[in-house]
Amino acid sequence: MASVPVIEVERLHKRYGDRTAVADVSFSVDEGEIFGILGPNGAGKTTTVECVSGLRKADGGRIQVLGLDPVRDRAGVVADLGVQLQHSELPPNLRVGEALRLFSSFYERPADWRELLDVLGLGPQVGTRFGKLSGGQQQRLSIALALIGNPRVAILDELTTGLDPAARRDTWELIESVRDRGVTILLVTHFMAEAERLCDRVAVIDSGRVVALDTPGQLTARLDVQQRIRFVPSTPIDDGLLSDLPEVESVTRRGEEVLVVGGGDALAAVAALLARQGVIAHRLRVEQPSLDDAFLAITEHQES
Amino acid sequence: MTTAVLPAPARRRDRPFWLLARTEGLLFLRSAGSVLWTALLPVVAVVVLGIVPGTRHASRSFGGLSPLEVYVPILMMYVFLMAAVNMLPAVLTGYRERGVLRRLSTTPVPPSRLLGAQALIYLGLGIVVDAVILVIATAFGARSPHQFAGFVLSLLLVAAATMGIGMLITAVAPTEKTANAIGLAAFFPLMFFAGLWIPRASMDSVLRTISDYSPLGAGVRALQASTDGHWPPAAALLVLAGYAIVCGAAAARLFRWE
Repeated sequence: MASVPVIEVERLHKRYGDRTAVADVSFSVDEGEIFGILGPNGAGKTTTVECVSGLRKADGGRIQVLGLDPVRDRAGVVADLGVQLQHSELPPNLRVGEALRLFSSFYERPADWRELLDVLGLGPQVGTRFGKLSGGQQQRLSIALALIGNPRVAILDELTTGLDPAARRDTWELIESVRDRGVTILLVTHFMAEAERLCDRVAVIDSGRVVALDTPGQLTARLDVQQRIRFVPSTPIDDGLLSDLPEVESVTRRGEEVLVVGGGDALAAVAALLARQGVIAHRLRVEQPSLDDAFLAITEHQES
Repeated sequence: MTTAVLPAPARRRDRPFWLLARTEGLLFLRSAGSVLWTALLPVVAVVVLGIVPGTRHASRSFGGLSPLEVYVPILMMYVFLMAAVNMLPAVLTGYRERGVLRRLSTTPVPPSRLLGAQALIYLGLGIVVDAVILVIATAFGARSPHQFAGFVLSLLLVAAATMGIGMLITAVAPTEKTANAIGLAAFFPLMFFAGLWIPRASMDSVLRTISDYSPLGAGVRALQASTDGHWPPAAALLVLAGYAIVCGAAAARLFRWE
């Protein structure tokens, strides 16, 4: 990792009239990192990346991209920055190939746009007009346009919104391959699975502030969320035995299935008890807290 | 998406501004309505005027000119009016609404180049169509402009004035729909004072004074004078330049990219 961060945001502040969109956001992104920005709707995610892209001027704080101010040193930043925006269309009569050829002419050393089309699975649509593309195809074209200039930094806002699960998975693979080429990526998302899969670190933003910043694993681990253990006992077992365990908080039954909720060590205690009783746990499932739970816990905690 | 690997860098092949202009030109040609209204209609009109025999003879109600000669400058200005005041604002506000200008803002090519490309293709369109109109009109016996340099200057000032008005509409109209509405609302009075419905020679003094100060009324004055072989009146040229400068400056102040 380079010692100088590729993106540095310090105490960013942005207002629209009386409304504060971003109150106080700081983070830095290292070279080659995929950095995620998570947050509920209206949390200030898009405003933050728009300021980083240089599309909006911050009201306070300092932003540096590749060591430059994205608003003042516009020309220096845009050549190495690829941006995929929400709600950004192309003229409906413009064909896919024409759009890519046009945008590739904007950069000194662009990616080969025909290859990029194939990579994004848009090869057959080269002659299709933008207005005739499906939502997913438009989204993939938008990603292609963000990558056409061979950027060192890519900012992707709601990357996979509107894509079907297969296309989403393919896009994730593409983003990983982009990162493997050394491109630093700032990713705005509200899909926890996407953040968990792709991001090295995530910042959770709520009401214009960073409320958590860590790796997805640490965010989840930090969370004192209960384990939920489900199983079907091979022979009937007394609920009292389970609920007497100090690690267990509650025991409920749904038909023949038993649901045990408890702390971090509940699984070991339940397993030992069942072994002592000679009961086999069929269809055993343990639900671990996910980034989803961590996200909800973090943002709900903020509201209370 | 079989191989999810980003392709290697290539070398830039095209010059961005010219490719932008070419692409915008293609998009113009793909919108049949625009081509029909800006390019075909005035050419058809001048052919029809030329074919009808009565229009070739001088008439007193047309100030001693033939109806064909009266309508040629009006039709020539119509092309610029249509392109700059009706097409351009609709296209550009549509681009702003759909985030096309914003998207360009994130690339090394600023969206102002797109405005330049648009202006260029509409100017080019106006010049080409006007040349065709002039050739057809001359073939039907209309006088060709005797003071040619003055004629070209007047036409370029008409182009600049209409472009200024169009850019101002683009700057103030929040959506494509409003741009269309304003463009249409501007079209009729501008054409009226150019003498499309009542020739300037038949206007009373109040109407003709208003016409003198309207962009296309001044345009007709300048074009007619240079057709007659005089240098266009300075007042008419100043009115045209005034519209170009005032509207252009206001547009530059008020313009929003998103």
